[in-house]
This record gives sequence, C-alpha cells and structure tokens, in this order.
Amino acid sequence: MNKAIERLYNGLVRENPTFVLTLGMCPTLAVTTSAMNGLGMGLTTTAVLVLSNALISLLRKVIPNRVRIPAFIVIIASFVTVVQLLLQAFLPTLYDALGIYIPLIVVNCIILGRAEAYAYKNPVLPSVFDGLGMGLGFSFALTCIGIFRELLGAGEIFGCHVMPESYVPVSIFIMAPGAFFVLAMLTALQNKIRSVAASRAKTPSDRTEKPQGCSSDCEACGESGCAMRFYDDRSGQKQDTEKKQDTEQKQEGKQEPETDASGNGMKEVEKND
Amino acid sequence: MTNLILIAIGAAFVNNVVLSQFLGLCPFLGVSKKVNTAAGMGAAVIFVITLASAVSAVIDTYILQRWDITYLETIVFILVIAALVQMVEMFLKKAMPGLYQSLGVYLPLITTNCAVLGIALTNVQKSYDILTSIVNGFATAVGFTIAIVILAGIREKMEFNDVPKAFRGMPITLVTAGLMAIAFCGFSGLL
Repeated sequence: MNKAIERLYNGLVRENPTFVLTLGMCPTLAVTTSAMNGLGMGLTTTAVLVLSNALISLLRKVIPNRVRIPAFIVIIASFVTVVQLLLQAFLPTLYDALGIYIPLIVVNCIILGRAEAYAYKNPVLPSVFDGLGMGLGFSFALTCIGIFRELLGAGEIFGCHVMPESYVPVSIFIMAPGAFFVLAMLTALQNKIRSVAASRAKTPSDRTEKPQGCSSDCEACGESGCAMRFYDDRSGQKQDTEKKQDTEQKQEGKQEPETDASGNGMKEVEKND
Repeated sequence: MTNLILIAIGAAFVNNVVLSQFLGLCPFLGVSKKVNTAAGMGAAVIFVITLASAVSAVIDTYILQRWDITYLETIVFILVIAALVQMVEMFLKKAMPGLYQSLGVYLPLITTNCAVLGIALTNVQKSYDILTSIVNGFATAVGFTIAIVILAGIREKMEFNDVPKAFRGMPITLVTAGLMAIAFCGFSGLL
C-alpha cells in the first residue's frame, strides 16, 4: 500500500510529467484553452495510461524484447480507440472540443515512456498506480494551465464568471500564441526556481540540473531526444553521453542505486536524452 | 483546381501545423538551433508526410471504408506510418545514399512526430479524396518547414543577444514561437 502512495506522489509531484519531465507538450498547449478541456484531456489520458500500463505489465513476460515498441503502440492505440468511442457516445461535447487530439494520445510521449520505463519491468499493481499517478499529475498540470489561460483570456474559471465586470479579457491567451507565452513564463519560472535551488545546494549530488525531457533540453532533443529514445539501435554519440552520465552518477557516490524501483522509472528515459 | 489551391494555402499558412495546431512541437523546438539542420528536418518532414498521407488515404479508401472498419483508423495509421518510415529509411540507404546522408538523421525522429498521424487523421475526418489528401499533406509539411526555418533563423540571431538568465534556451524560444504565431494570425484574412 505504501508503494501505491509512493507511486502516486511520484507522478503528481516528484516526476510530474509536464512541469518536471516536460513530456507530451503538444496536447498540453493545444487543449488548455479552458480549464474544463484541460481536465477532460488529462482524465482521458489517465484512463489510457492506467489501462495500457496494466495490460503491458500483465504481458511483460510474453512480449519479446525486440518487438516491444510495436507491441506497446498497438496496445496503446487499441485503448485510445476504445476511449475515443466511449467519449463519442457518452460525452459528445468534450469529444467535439478535444477533436483530433484524442486519437493523438497514441503518440503522447508520456504513455510510451511509462510503458517502456516502468510497466514493462514491474508487477501489475504498482504499474496501475504508476499510471494513475502520472495521469493525475498530467491532469493537474493541464487543469492549472487551463485555469490560468481561461482566467486571463475569458475572465472565467470552469465556465463561471469570476473576474469583475470592468475586466477586459485578453483574448490572445485563449488563442494559439497565448499557449506559447504561458508555457514560456512557466518554464522561465521553473528555471529561476531551479537556479536558486542549485545555488543553495552545496554538494554536487544535490544539484538539480538533470537532463530533462524533450522540450527543456533542446539540443539533446534534436540529435537524440524524444523519438530516438525508443529505438534500439542508438547512435554512437548517444551511447557516449550515456556512458558519461553513468560515470557521473557513479562519481556522485551512487545516489541512485539501480534497484531503487521508485527512481528507476523516468530516469532511464532521461538518460537516453 | 481552385479548391486544391485554397486547401493548400489554408494548410500551409492559415492553419499552420505548428503555430496554430501545435502538432510536431518536439522537432519544431528541438531541431531549430541552426538553419541548415532545420531545413534538413523540414525536407524530411515534407517527404514523409506527403508519402504518409498518400498511403493512408489509399488504405482508408480501399480497405477501411470498403470493409466498414473505419474505427480502426488510429491503430492502422500509426502502424502504417511507423512501417513506412522504416521502409523509407532502408530504401534511401540502399538506393539514394546521398539523400540518405542528408535526411537520415531526421527520419527516425519523425515516427513520433504527431503531425504525421495528425494529418492522416485530419484527411479522413474531413473526408478528403486521395489527391486532396496528398495536396493537404504536402502543404501542411511546407508550412512546418517555413515555420521551423524562420524560427531557426531568429534563434541564430538570438545567440548574440543578452537574454535574461531565466529565459535562456527554452523560454525565449517559446516567446519567439508565440510572436511568430501572432504574425501567422495575419494570414487568417486570406481565405
């Protein structure tokens, strides 16, 4: 039970997919025009993530290592189709609002990332809670961004008017450019917090500058990020950087032992960046 | 003919794939440090998206719709795209080593580019025929290339600017992309 709570905490706070790992940026920017859409997208992704994590974890001894990525993709795509049909039948307004971004959950980095990094290596129950934690973390982040954009752009939260009458909505925030500006501010804020934290940290093992997901480490993304991390035949350059990071970790006095299941998850994906 | 031109302009400028639909953000932000690499990525994207929209339109018309299994489109398209990228890579390696040299690095990156799947699905949703799908795919990819090359050009200039520390790297790129998105809003009067 402790493990379940630990997985939830991990997904919501410690390895929050949006704010900490910066994975799955496309839906994050596209559907957060209102808090409701953000929450809907987050919960849809959560459903797919929990189901796919559970099934992949059940099948982890059956799926051969070499064809695991296609197998994951087929499993994820099946669940996405199921969820899409359910939404179309029971929540048609949300289905219309999210539109093309529902089938595009298939290519969301978070889901494939969790399948590869956690569900394929761990038993069913922790995997389910891992999916739940990550999904809720994603929903939380999307709802926050959605609230922020809806408040500035329309003066409402979840459709309720909250700003005073005299407030003129800055409609650019619910249009496409606003998404970029809000994310830029959030990332800058995060950089600021991180640099303050880094200047406080005294020992090298405390430093917080880990390689991040695809958006915050742009240089890495281009050569070996996002897509390449799922490939088996990695380029030599990336293996070098992997080795370097491995030795770095060893020098740090093995702060993160390999057997530590909690930290084992996303860090492996991060290493590949 | 006019219809096709209108669709092409709409896909390339008015509903720009990155700046207004947020598809393919990963390569847009990741591979836009230098104009050369950005152009390479753009060329690879044009190549793959045009091919993928053609193949997926053919599959949709002659297989999925005939057997009435269009609800499988997401699964079929993602597998087709992944297989297609692999095949294109192997084919180029054998047949056109020169082109492979220039595109090779970017090809595998494109599999997880959501723009490819997104355009295949958009074509189906708007029930375009095969020719229209190809034109739409090509124009969308051209729009992507235009956006990424412009962003790379701005970022090259920005190297010499004094950016506040917290905004260096990712945030200032996002602000630039936001300003570009505002500029591209100007095209919405075209159609």
